[in-house]
Amino acid sequence: MRNPLSDTIVSIKPSGIRKFFDIVSEMKDAISLGVGEPDFDTPWHIRDEGIYSLEKGKTFYTSNSGLMELRKEICNYIDRTQGVKYDPAKEVIVTVGGSEAIDIGLRAMLNPGDEVLIPQPSYVSYEPCTILAGGKPVIINLKAENDFRLTAREIEEAVTEKTKVLILPFPNNPTGAIMEKKDLEAIAEVILKHDLIVLSDEIYAELTYNGKHVSIASLPGMQERTVLINGFSKAYAMTGWRLGYACGPEAIIKQMTKIHQFAIMCAPTTAQYAAVEALKNGDGDVAEMREAYNQRRRFLMNAFKEMGIECFEPYGAFYVFPCIKEFGMTSDEFATRFLEEEKVAAVPGTAFGDSGEGYLRISYAYSIERLKEAMERLNRFVTRLRSEQK
Amino acid sequence: MREELLRIIEKNGRIDLKELAVLLGVQEIDVVNELQKLEEEGIICGYHTMINWELTDIDKVTALIEVRVTPQRGQGFDTIAERIFQYPEVTSVYLISGGYDLMVILEGKSLREVSGFVSNKLSTMDTVLSTATHFILKKYKDHGTIFGPKKQDEREMMA
Repeated sequence: MRNPLSDTIVSIKPSGIRKFFDIVSEMKDAISLGVGEPDFDTPWHIRDEGIYSLEKGKTFYTSNSGLMELRKEICNYIDRTQGVKYDPAKEVIVTVGGSEAIDIGLRAMLNPGDEVLIPQPSYVSYEPCTILAGGKPVIINLKAENDFRLTAREIEEAVTEKTKVLILPFPNNPTGAIMEKKDLEAIAEVILKHDLIVLSDEIYAELTYNGKHVSIASLPGMQERTVLINGFSKAYAMTGWRLGYACGPEAIIKQMTKIHQFAIMCAPTTAQYAAVEALKNGDGDVAEMREAYNQRRRFLMNAFKEMGIECFEPYGAFYVFPCIKEFGMTSDEFATRFLEEEKVAAVPGTAFGDSGEGYLRISYAYSIERLKEAMERLNRFVTRLRSEQK
Repeated sequence: MREELLRIIEKNGRIDLKELAVLLGVQEIDVVNELQKLEEEGIICGYHTMINWELTDIDKVTALIEVRVTPQRGQGFDTIAERIFQYPEVTSVYLISGGYDLMVILEGKSLREVSGFVSNKLSTMDTVLSTATHFILKKYKDHGTIFGPKKQDEREMMA
């Protein structure tokens, strides 16, 4: 029989996180610090709206771009948080999670050979989605000394005349890094100079701990060249509902909607009704969860400090990204031994790009009690490693 | 920090000072001072433990009693409320809007004990017009805590 597979997809490596999860699920008493989703249940009033919509028999497709009511609420939300106005009829599309928006955004923009700048460490899908869309990923290795923020200089060094899109993944998974307004202003100049389009993945926008998130779309001249991606998973603890969205220039959204129409049809209807409720009445829930995350973040930062483990202070998302270079192991070796010896699963930084080497992603989407137990085990582990080194 | 501190200790009264300071991102001494102030101001008025008595061998009955009373000139409901809350078996007394005046929550060892309190002590007070006693059959959630088995973490490790 002939080879039934596409060479392109076969050449793409699967995500490196899976391997650890398979070990954890078979291990007794193992603690996972590996998940990338909130530990909270979706707030009840949001779930209730979803249930109510089912009771009312709202079980049909919505329009391809999503419920108009939801698109209007999305536009209201972006206007009130960023002061950026989008037309709900033409400049918004509701997608199956932020991840679909990334995929169809790239497919709508890329021609064969177009280069996409991907800062890493970052979420695992940008590179494969770029390749699948026929583009060429160009990796920018973010640096710890910049607190993993993207600089204008790094863009300048990576840009060629083939560069078309810049992916802007902040607040960042896995580092927890953010881009403040001044950081964005510094890169906006270069973006304009090289006529780049920005795909801004702002899925963690609500989870920042030193002030409000600023979208690059709010900077002068940037809205017309930015596709802003966000969703409901992280802010409202709605991962399983699979709902995200993209806002951007009409021309791009129109083509994205075409792909979405053919591949997906529309985002889940129940989730869309629940999401309307989330945007209308969910601010209090978000604030409460943000406060809980922030307490855990402080707890972990303090635990690392006490253990003498180097870690820059992350101001966003729900991850910390401690440096484990002092132990003379690769991230993968460290994570594997940590799991084997102390039964704690953390994700090696390299799962998010080569520049994650020497780091570990620790998620704090866990209760304080669980984090406490995990930090006790980490303390035992690093004490042992240090005594081995002597 | 006051609001955040209250929210934490409302859920976990046993948390130690050092940890509180870490979670709030302040110094331990600031936490100590703030707690002392909150206690002095009467904002923090006690530290209690949530107990699911159903899981113990100890028998307990809780009753909610609606009480209608005649308010007294110059004192309103305060004097009668005070007379009721003096009894140690009374755990809570609230002044309520609506069809009755006081909500009294009572804990006793048995139905007999509770009904004895209602008929001998509560109903016989001069200003009490009527009572309606509701026994609690099962507690599902109390003070924000859901009784019952804890939920398992079913999340998968993904990016």
